[in-house]
Amino acid sequence: MSKILATLVFAFGFVLPALAQEAPDALVRNLSNEMSETVRSDKAIQSGDVKRMIEVVETRILKHFDFTRMTGLAVGREWRNASAEQKTALTAEFRTLLVRSYANALGQYKNQTIEVKPLKAKPEDTEVVVRSEIRQPGSKPITLDYDMGKSSEGWRVFDVAVAGVSLVTNYRETFSQEIKAGGIDGLIKTLRDKNQQSAAKLAEAGKK
Amino acid sequence: MMTTRLCALLIAALLAGCASTGNPKDPLEPLNRKVFAFNDALDTYALQPVAKGYVAATPLPVRSGIGNFFSNLDDVWTGINNLLQGKVGRAGSDVGRLLINSTVGIFGLFDVASELGLEKHDEDLGQTLGVWGVGPGPYLVLPLLGSTTLRDTANFASTYVDPVPRIERVATRNTLRAVKLVDTRAQLLNAGRALDEAAIDKYAFMRDFYLKRRQSQIFDGRPPREEDDEAALPVPFQQTPQRAADLFMAQPVETAALQTDE
Repeated sequence: MSKILATLVFAFGFVLPALAQEAPDALVRNLSNEMSETVRSDKAIQSGDVKRMIEVVETRILKHFDFTRMTGLAVGREWRNASAEQKTALTAEFRTLLVRSYANALGQYKNQTIEVKPLKAKPEDTEVVVRSEIRQPGSKPITLDYDMGKSSEGWRVFDVAVAGVSLVTNYRETFSQEIKAGGIDGLIKTLRDKNQQSAAKLAEAGKK
Repeated sequence: MMTTRLCALLIAALLAGCASTGNPKDPLEPLNRKVFAFNDALDTYALQPVAKGYVAATPLPVRSGIGNFFSNLDDVWTGINNLLQGKVGRAGSDVGRLLINSTVGIFGLFDVASELGLEKHDEDLGQTLGVWGVGPGPYLVLPLLGSTTLRDTANFASTYVDPVPRIERVATRNTLRAVKLVDTRAQLLNAGRALDEAAIDKYAFMRDFYLKRRQSQIFDGRPPREEDDEAALPVPFQQTPQRAADLFMAQPVETAALQTDE
């Protein structure tokens, strides 16, 4: 018995760090497969339950995203002038917005296949781009590229490009407009309002 | 006929645009926003319901066939533009696609060429002009036609190459046009809802997306990083200056290398 336990502990001690440092393309591939599997098999998601989808995204995917860096990229130059509290608030609101959009998009794809291209990276690389393609019968394939950075907890995504367009920097123009008009607090408020509106809509839909 | 009308529209748009509001890429923003609102309403009440009906009424294989049919016609234009951009290998592959799909693929209904490993490319005259160094000019939203730029209006020239407008029978021609429009919209149905959730200002979001996407298409999916991407990074993430320089320099070189091995 203790032998088995010892083996188990050994295996975990061995495997877990290896998992944490999983190669970035393998990480994306595993997550993509897991998500398509979930979308296909979960009844609630199939019937369009966005809340459930958000739950899945929160528990499985978020730990692999670096939201602070994402928010910094989206805000651009002004990020440096933000206080620590403002940065935290901005990151939290932007994160909510992205998670909801992602959950919505994910729930829409039911019979897609995702192909993650093998990555040609050097072992010393600390930043890589993992390229993938979503194929949906009857539609043109869409490319989805993940910018990933190495951290102590493994590789984490800091930008996603849809059809060659960075989702994060696509917000920059809107964000800088908002900052120009109402400062960083103005931007936080706009994001918060947008999130509350969507949450209210979601609650409304849930009642029906 | 269509082009004359477009030219008139463009001139009108340019004149109206003298009242500029700030964004240098979008000097016609006030007018564009109005047209955008019109297009959006039209989409919500007419095009989108039709596209949904189309998806509900046609089984997937039929829809795939229709999508492939139009995509096959587009390959004529793609090939020409690859040639104009000096990508001879790609142009050859496009001709191969056209030949295979028009015959073995039964008038383009099946995309056999992709199965055989001949990759589908995405080129048009606007991209060719971009490759030649023509800037995008002001961003425009045209009634019914949507997002474009002054440079990309060149794409309407493709009407002279597209076989559909050459069909003599008006009814057939118009049917094909309508089906193409509905098919394109149907392919975008999934994107619409996610967009509503994601955008704070839908107009700006779509404009920025369009402009960035064109940039990415011109560089075949690997545009150089924007100037202040690195500068914008939160301080702890900033790399050594040398690394930042790498990012700027390495990208285009890598692009060139990647383009040749297909």
